[in-house]
Amino acid sequence: MKLTVNGQAHAISAAPGKRLLDTLREDLKLTGTKEGCGEGECGACTVLIDGEAVNSCLVPTCQAEGTKILTVEGLAQNPRWRKLQKAFLECNAAQCGICTPGMMLSACALPPQPTLQQIRVGLAGNLCRCTGYVKIYDAVKKALG
Amino acid sequence: MSKVKNRRLKVVGKRVPRTEGADKVTGRARYIDDMQFDHMIYGATVRTTIPRGRIVSVERDTAFDWSGFTWVDHRDIPGKNIVAMIVEDQPFLAVDRVEHQTEPVALLAHADRARLAEGLKAVRITYQEEPPVLDFETATEVLKELSIARGDLAAGLALADKIIEGTYRTGHQEQLYIETNGMIALPGANGFPEGVTAYGSMQCPYYVVKALEKLFRLDRERIRVVQTTTGGGFGGKEEYPSIVAGHACLLARKAGVPVKMIYERHEDLIATTKRHPSIITWRAGVKSDGTLTAIDIDMRLDGGAYMTLSPVVLSRAAIHATGPYRTPSVRIRGRVMKTNTPPNGAFRGFGAPQSQFAAEVHMDRIAEVMGIDPIELRRRNLFQTGDTTATGQVLHDRVSADEVLDKALAKHRVAHRRSKKTKKLAGTGIAMFFHGSGFTGGGEVRLASRAGVELLPDGVRLLVGSTEIGQGTRTMLAQIVAESLELPYAFVKTIDPDTAQVPDSGPTVASRTCMIVGTILQRASAKLRIELGPYKSGDDFKKRAKALLKKRGTVVIIDQYEKPGEIEWNDETYQGDAYGAYAWGCNLADVEIDPLTYEARCTAFTSVIDIGRAIHPLLAEGQIEGGTLQGIGWALFEDVVMKNGVMQNANLTNYIIPTTLDAPHIAVEIVENPYPNGPFGAKGVGECPIDGPAAAIVNAIRDASGARLDAIPATPERIMKVLG
Ligand code: FES
Ligand code: FES
Repeated sequence: MKLTVNGQAHAISAAPGKRLLDTLREDLKLTGTKEGCGEGECGACTVLIDGEAVNSCLVPTCQAEGTKILTVEGLAQNPRWRKLQKAFLECNAAQCGICTPGMMLSACALPPQPTLQQIRVGLAGNLCRCTGYVKIYDAVKKALG
Repeated sequence: MSKVKNRRLKVVGKRVPRTEGADKVTGRARYIDDMQFDHMIYGATVRTTIPRGRIVSVERDTAFDWSGFTWVDHRDIPGKNIVAMIVEDQPFLAVDRVEHQTEPVALLAHADRARLAEGLKAVRITYQEEPPVLDFETATEVLKELSIARGDLAAGLALADKIIEGTYRTGHQEQLYIETNGMIALPGANGFPEGVTAYGSMQCPYYVVKALEKLFRLDRERIRVVQTTTGGGFGGKEEYPSIVAGHACLLARKAGVPVKMIYERHEDLIATTKRHPSIITWRAGVKSDGTLTAIDIDMRLDGGAYMTLSPVVLSRAAIHATGPYRTPSVRIRGRVMKTNTPPNGAFRGFGAPQSQFAAEVHMDRIAEVMGIDPIELRRRNLFQTGDTTATGQVLHDRVSADEVLDKALAKHRVAHRRSKKTKKLAGTGIAMFFHGSGFTGGGEVRLASRAGVELLPDGVRLLVGSTEIGQGTRTMLAQIVAESLELPYAFVKTIDPDTAQVPDSGPTVASRTCMIVGTILQRASAKLRIELGPYKSGDDFKKRAKALLKKRGTVVIIDQYEKPGEIEWNDETYQGDAYGAYAWGCNLADVEIDPLTYEARCTAFTSVIDIGRAIHPLLAEGQIEGGTLQGIGWALFEDVVMKNGVMQNANLTNYIIPTTLDAPHIAVEIVENPYPNGPFGAKGVGECPIDGPAAAIVNAIRDASGARLDAIPATPERIMKVLG
């Protein structure tokens, strides 16, 4: 299978039904994408597929063939997303950090200059147990607002 | 230290970037599941499926292909089959008794995870079942009992114009760190092939060391434990990781290769520790002006099948049971009951959230019965500086209960604009709380924690076993050291706690790290300054450091906990200074209830807490915001449904924690009344934010709808039942 991840093309041989999450973490060694539940409930595994935030634990790898995948490792390539990383760091939006990659990827799919309500709706699928979300809103507003 | 007080702080109180923050926002941070070792295989646990009985046999299906599998059961344990904790009652692997469902019986490992899962299914345990005890309210076996008494209770009650009683219940709560438990074990350690090494997600590396010492009958030199980046703990990774590490090490020793053991969410939910459910009965003697003349509290906690940390949870629950209120006579009796359910254990707050939930809902009840405004009632009874607590501790240091109340009332008005008129029932509730920092009573003396600094040519390195689990430990300790040395923050380097390199600074629990370990580091830094002699600038420091290192090779200064002279505690009578310092807090919650669905939502929340000094204001706020939302979750949604001694809703679809859509606007204000024995005045912050939210919300529900709940979570079913 051919996958384009963070702008780079990869040819991999994995079972087509293998979860995209595992393909990224194991075959491509991109371990920044996390697993928190394996059933589409926590959002820790969020990546962008053609600009859309999806839970990579629910996506069979074959479905991602021919698409453009963005993971946390690719964020630094884009100035807008770099700003997001910087804001997460400066605002203390990442505490234990396990939700952070997924949270930032979901934030990437928000409309430009999102309102607080848009941020809340856009991040509703990403659980964070550490922050109470307050600093995450601050970071997203700071970077994208 | 007086010198430090008089100069302006340059690093403490500043919003420096987290030491490990850049790794976390780039995906470079390595959590345990991100690590690989050559020849690594995967491990899994065979668990019991009945709550109580005898194991008749454990059989492996003979038709199944067992090639490539490693099998471990209790016969493979070289040392003692006991998880080292307060008492010796819990086996690493069950021998013949079953005391709860999900109890580990055997371990399997295989290089292929799919085959491993098949292997698990090919193991049959047969039992001789016995009737289990599942309900702690009717249970009779007591794991631990405690009583605190001061003053003459009968006389106090006789002075009262009214005696007001109430009974309150709280359920299990799951810590729900987003990274599940996990370890990788390697055969061999520190050059000893017979040793064991464990890498993993944990709060207390030296707890794991102690557990492995006993399990393998090895001395400390032959054991190495390394904490990897940890995706949340909240107490859930205080004691349980010892079990995961023990299991993984047993497999690794037998297989002769590294073994990775990562719990899936379902397994983590059904098998690991949770917050102790509680039932607490209050009897309060009250004068007509609202003054408390006597408090009589009886509490029971559900310990589950083994003791784990229940005695200390009970102790913290009992000491905080009066809430921040004075009374001339008090009796607090507590018991932890044994049930045939998975053991309950450490969870942020450690019993204090349960007991202060009861206290604060009861305060509202007293206000109602006596016809006094709930805020006024609290004002008449709040601790003042110089008052005496239930354990006879005289509160010499400034008590800021009144101050946080005033500030919370003001903040709540300003921070939350009144929401537009809706069809919903709306109300506001209050809760006040206090929280002792550090281990209870003589605990810190027994721990005798050690921490220090190592001199480097261009700075210093922190040597602490305290763990970064998201709360900001590493950053905050580095700030304390930088400030103590009057060096820039960047001069202080940190490392992953690795027991081959760092001393035992005690567990990372009990809101103790900043206040206790921070103070030890402050002293070690002061000693280093003496060694170095005066320096005028960072460059000057480097020159002196290089010279000293050239002369001595290495310069490491490790210091140990010293009890502040004025703290006295008697374990026999349970009287004395229970904690060196207390945080004081006040919560206000706005709640709306949908009159059709009875769903309660928290719409606005205010938390004002005196934590002595915010070493890093953003990190401290983060602790308060996160702890608050965890408390709101416990109050409204988080419901562990148990049946036959095992969690039924063991997934994130059915065990609900708050999302962005459930989280209210949380306004936080930090009050800083310095604690003279804390580093730069700091007390603890980690736990106290979760003491108040549940009561504030239940009191707000009463205000909004008239529904008087005496149990949480406040689900629509519960509210509907009360409103009829
Ligand atoms: S791991 Fe994919 S949503 Fe939780
Ligand atoms: S930062 Fe820990 S779960 Fe979000």
